[in-house]
Amino acid sequence: MISLKKIPALLLAASLAWTAGTLLAQNEPAPAPPAPPTETVAAPPATPPDATLEQRVTDIEQYFQNMGVGGSGDTTWKSKIGSIPGPGHNGWMMACAALVLFMTLPGLALFYGGLVRRKNVLSVCAQCLCTAGLVTILWWICGYSLVFGKSFASGFPFGGSEFLFFKGVDSAPNTDYSYWVSNNVYAMYQLMFAIITPALIVGAIAERMKFSAIMTFIGLWMFVVYFPMAHMVWGVSGLMNGVWNADAKIPAIDFAGGTVVHMTSGWSALILCMILGKRLGFGKEKMAPHNMVLCMVGTGMLWVGWYGFNAGSAVAADVISSNAFTTTTLATATAGFTWAMIEAIHRGHPSILGFCSGIVAGLVVITPACGFVSPTGAMIIGVLAGAIPYIFVVFVKAAFGYDDALDTFGVHAIGGTLGAIMTGLLATDKANGNLVVDAVAGKNGLKELVTNGGLVFAQLKAVGITLVLSVVGTFILAYIVKMVIGLRPTPEVETAGLDVSEHGEEGYVL
Amino acid sequence: MLSKTGAAGPGKFPNMKKIEAIIKPFKLEEVKEALSEIGIDGMTVSEVKGFGRQKGHTEIYRGSEYVVDFLPKIKVEVVLGDGQVEQAAAAIIKAAKTGKIGDGKIFISAVDEAVRIRTEETGEKAV
Repeated sequence: MISLKKIPALLLAASLAWTAGTLLAQNEPAPAPPAPPTETVAAPPATPPDATLEQRVTDIEQYFQNMGVGGSGDTTWKSKIGSIPGPGHNGWMMACAALVLFMTLPGLALFYGGLVRRKNVLSVCAQCLCTAGLVTILWWICGYSLVFGKSFASGFPFGGSEFLFFKGVDSAPNTDYSYWVSNNVYAMYQLMFAIITPALIVGAIAERMKFSAIMTFIGLWMFVVYFPMAHMVWGVSGLMNGVWNADAKIPAIDFAGGTVVHMTSGWSALILCMILGKRLGFGKEKMAPHNMVLCMVGTGMLWVGWYGFNAGSAVAADVISSNAFTTTTLATATAGFTWAMIEAIHRGHPSILGFCSGIVAGLVVITPACGFVSPTGAMIIGVLAGAIPYIFVVFVKAAFGYDDALDTFGVHAIGGTLGAIMTGLLATDKANGNLVVDAVAGKNGLKELVTNGGLVFAQLKAVGITLVLSVVGTFILAYIVKMVIGLRPTPEVETAGLDVSEHGEEGYVL
Repeated sequence: MLSKTGAAGPGKFPNMKKIEAIIKPFKLEEVKEALSEIGIDGMTVSEVKGFGRQKGHTEIYRGSEYVVDFLPKIKVEVVLGDGQVEQAAAAIIKAAKTGKIGDGKIFISAVDEAVRIRTEETGEKAV
């Protein structure tokens, strides 16, 4: 039996050894940072520029349109702003990265923390905090490279090995993903997605899984489910990246993570909570949320942070980003309103948890669609997002009796799946011109599907792959963790609460 | 120890009663004022939970339904000389009554002895 206590020590030792090795080997000076653009404006160089004034103006116009510089085809020139980040786009993406982190810490921690019993509030916070640390370490070692590298073959589940240990991940833009956003900013932005996705799973297994077991599961799950999914959908050489990979075998689209984030976490959550079993006293004891105010505060933070998640997925502050910001707002507000009104009619009270659940469901369902649909499409999605997850959370869960403690399955798996399908039905090139770009969408068949219909079938293929990978991957990993270290704490620990037993602290000392 | 003052002893109980009133929380202020008006200016108040004929209520969190048996109430305790008891009970009833189910109850019981800790006075002088 492997002692789990040794794993963090090994990780730490490995990274320390690596750091020492790098420091010793680092004899050559660090490359000078690119000159700030203001300098060229203030003091023009004495020698004539390589580009004409007209070409330099063209470069600036390209920046405004989030396009590349230095000309194309027969007419190319040496651009002065070719390998530096564009301030507007790059600044927005740094803000977006922070917003997406804010969704997890403290948004999700409070949303979930308020919904558990008071004896387990800290366990949820600890799981979110530890995920942030663990995933960041994995991301630096190999995660970013496996997802956004491209040295492996196109269509392979992992990207490449060129960015291992953040080699070459500096402030110059990675033009595979953006002409204007620094590679390191893009890596940080995507890291925040990699953090929140496994943190979402925590909702289904809340109040009854050993801390060591859930963290080990998450560490393995990143390699088996998240990294391959994120690469296949968003990697420039990804199997299902219809917008960016001209060789994509399945020209599907997922703007901000309906499949990558919400389907993977939601379906995995269902399988894990079924293998784990119900909480002690489930169905007999009162397991009501201990603090609905925390839950509401967390929901507000999720909504605000989600602008970074959705509008930021344009990887620019451009026309597509503006549309995504708008559709996100419309769908979310509509879904929150719809859920609560259905509840008022069905149960007699519009509850705070109803508003909050509808808001999160709206955010989830619009996620894959936000950059591809019109405001009208967003309103349709908002109404469906308030209704369909409601059915799963209230009726289906009761009928099957699984203990998805905080409804990760009902909201994220169902919402993510619904969103992926609705994206196939409602995506329009009027909202996003990339859907019909000849160089990519024209080659892999996406343009054809968007123009003549049938995109929903490509979406269904992507849904199927995501579902199978999440379910099978989680099933195997959960049994491995169960055999090696066990999933559940002792009944005594579970009854006393995970906070005191596993973390040695209490949430409230009154 | 109590016999030190000679006020209490076997067969020599002071004539005191304790009123315990379980009332609706929002009626506390009115009950307190009604008792003040008849010269009762001391009482003990606690937040309690319980149920009688009113029963509890149902809370619904998404799909989960929980019956909450115990409702929040306020318990007012006052210890008085026999002479004031009837008047005090009437004042509480008048102030706490809404006429709807869940208004609460009043219990009256005998009190053997009372001591004011500071002065060690006993009996009715101490309440």
